[in-house]
Amino acid sequence: MIPELGHYALILALAVALVQASLPLVGAARGDVRLMTLGRTAALTQAALIVLSFAALTEAYVTSDFSVATVVANSHSAKPLLYKISGVWGNHEGSMMLWVLILSVFGAAVALFGENLPDSLRARALAVQAWVGVGFLAFILFTSNPFLRLSPAPPDGNGMNPLLQDPGLAFHPPLLYLGYVGFSVTFAFAIAALIEGRVDAAWARWVRPWTLAAWCFLTLGITLGSWWSYYILGWGGFWFWDPVENASLMPWLVGAALLHSAIVVEKRDALKSWTVLLSILAFSLSLLGTFLVRSGVLTSVHAFAQDPARGMFILAFLVIVIGGALGLYAWRAPTLQPGGRFQPVSREGALIVNNLLLCTLCATVLLGTLYPLFLDLVNGAKVSVGPPFFNTTFVPISFALFAAMCVGPFLGWKRAELWPALVRLRAAFAVAVIGMILAATMIDRHATLAAIAFGFGVWLILASILEFADRTKLGRAPWAETRRRLATLPRASIGMTISHTAVGFVVLGAVATSTWNVELIRTFRIGDSAPFAGWQATLTNVEQVRGPNYDAERATITLTRDGNPYVVLTPERRMFRVQQRETTETSIRTNFLRDVYATLGEGDALKGWTIRLYDNPLAPWIWLGAALCALGGFVSLSDRRLRIGAPKRSRIVAQPAE
Amino acid sequence: MTVVPVRSNHLLYLLPLMTLAILAGFFGWSLVSGRDPASIGSALVGKPAPSLKAPSLRPDEAALSDALLHTGKPALVNFFASWCTPCLAEHPLLERLAKKEGITIIGIAWKNKPEEARGWLKRQGDPFATAGYDLDGSMAVNWGLSGVPETFLIDAHGIVRLHIRAPILEKDVESRILPLLRAGS
Repeated sequence: MIPELGHYALILALAVALVQASLPLVGAARGDVRLMTLGRTAALTQAALIVLSFAALTEAYVTSDFSVATVVANSHSAKPLLYKISGVWGNHEGSMMLWVLILSVFGAAVALFGENLPDSLRARALAVQAWVGVGFLAFILFTSNPFLRLSPAPPDGNGMNPLLQDPGLAFHPPLLYLGYVGFSVTFAFAIAALIEGRVDAAWARWVRPWTLAAWCFLTLGITLGSWWSYYILGWGGFWFWDPVENASLMPWLVGAALLHSAIVVEKRDALKSWTVLLSILAFSLSLLGTFLVRSGVLTSVHAFAQDPARGMFILAFLVIVIGGALGLYAWRAPTLQPGGRFQPVSREGALIVNNLLLCTLCATVLLGTLYPLFLDLVNGAKVSVGPPFFNTTFVPISFALFAAMCVGPFLGWKRAELWPALVRLRAAFAVAVIGMILAATMIDRHATLAAIAFGFGVWLILASILEFADRTKLGRAPWAETRRRLATLPRASIGMTISHTAVGFVVLGAVATSTWNVELIRTFRIGDSAPFAGWQATLTNVEQVRGPNYDAERATITLTRDGNPYVVLTPERRMFRVQQRETTETSIRTNFLRDVYATLGEGDALKGWTIRLYDNPLAPWIWLGAALCALGGFVSLSDRRLRIGAPKRSRIVAQPAE
Repeated sequence: MTVVPVRSNHLLYLLPLMTLAILAGFFGWSLVSGRDPASIGSALVGKPAPSLKAPSLRPDEAALSDALLHTGKPALVNFFASWCTPCLAEHPLLERLAKKEGITIIGIAWKNKPEEARGWLKRQGDPFATAGYDLDGSMAVNWGLSGVPETFLIDAHGIVRLHIRAPILEKDVESRILPLLRAGS
């Protein structure tokens, strides 16, 4: 009964979405307020229906209702509750449900909080959102219905891919989707603005928080995915340039460009048509990511639900949504009035450089990801584009981006002088060069790229802190003055400092881990001992343990230095009973400066076990830095100025702080 | 809307749309072409078989040579190793092809010590009419081998007709190997 209710609610949601997609547009064109307000009601109703539908599906998973086909295919009664719930979106049908859930909830948020938006802009944005919703709802109902019943119901389910049964991965898709779908809001606003023919500071103030929120969630989602592959796949790497990873990186890069260019629209009323284009592209790349993962046109470790029929549906949808948007852009964007003028050397100029570089990086990733597909189709040649391509293209281009990130914040709006900014940065630059030389002496000379990257990481951290110190007159004025300045410093500015510093930490972590890591692969029998990265590694024990839905072999490896115990590692190999699949459970001990990492391979007491040990210096900085980067975004999001109508109020509130 | 004078950079605004059209064209093509992105294909199919030169696995037999591929009868060349589990999986099928269908199969032990390969064949059964070994993998380079097991079908004229880069399955035998052999003989 409950699955049927969910199914019914989903069909109703499609009907409501069709209403939301059409009538408010008519209302906005005719200036009919009643039809325009209908958009709000429809958005709230649609969200309520989809929440109901999603809850029904979740209920089927939690109670292990094996008369529902997707539950049978992806769940099992012996699975822990967390994975029963995450199993809802750990498969194709459910992940599409999660997508429409987030889409409709965001639509409802625009409807609820968009009170001070012009009626017509809000009505149009909600209608565009509803069009996207219609596409996805139709996709679910016609090709991937999660509520289909099975008769007779089997006694138990097939279980979930054991690799996905992990807390990190339980939250990876929701965060990623919050990011992808968040860009649908900026997309809707961009289309609405193109229809209205008006892009102004008020518009940018609406677009920026949504972009920021989407970008922060995407950052966290990517981070969690990368962390998952680091500790679960047991390869010791953190980024593999896999097509699916790239698919999430592309909207992230364009989103980063967008949140910077929206500042220029807001403050200087310039870069309008460019910002609109970025809004369209950020969401287009999110859709492209979905297409690449679902259609099976590329090989990837992640690809699930490879089905050409579904691929065709998504492709058609992609062409209609993106093609329509870009067509509208080609038609209307030339009419957007150009705004404020500025000199090439200025904050605006630096932000343009940042935008161009971020877009170039995105184009590089796009080319590297799709090139094998193009070549295969054109002349049947099979190539694989891997890390060597990205290391020689992506890495050097990002150096230019880092330089812009160091210098840009020191430039004023409209027109600025480059030289004083560089003089301010000279000490930071000197330290960075020293860091670079130190790094270069520690690695062989072929890895100059790594040494340069290390130097940039140092420079980035110092320059960001220096800029913050400048603003607060830290150490150059009495402490009271600094405190007063700190209190009035816009949150957006604090957020920038945090995020830019964080990028520096990510760079240092990535460089150190990939350059100075030590690896040992060896067969150990119980009692065997081997030197590893300055320690003595000993396999002291291997025992059988029993988990809720798996049996495991657990090794105990002790690392000692000069006879003193340093750390005990307990990697496992788990055999999942239902799927008869093995996973490796890595054991990682971290002190936030280095990770010691162990995985247990195949073996037995007679021949010994294959054990891999890694010493990854600064590895935790990659994920901590990335999380800090997202945190900076959230701090910036809390800036009062991002709320329309807030500037006046904020000035009054700021007074008592004097 | 206001009338805007047509400027030369007007086409620039169409650029994103054109890019999308090209991308979508490729995607559509890839979806209908039915290609398998996981297959890496083979450059050898339709070409004469590469040179076959390997010491024999059997102590009393002569070394393998190209003459074995020009007997006027089609043959299968199977690269295997005793350390390779997928090879074990396809082994019963090879035995069936050799014993029931009477097909000549030439086995090459790849990066495998001859005594270990011999021991393995003794335990698992030996479907090979002739067997050699390629200890350092130098011969396999010419065959474009990416691992084991891989199987090549050479026709009566010494031309490669099929290259399977995976353990052969029942359906490969029925739908690819046997039809080609029947057509060739």
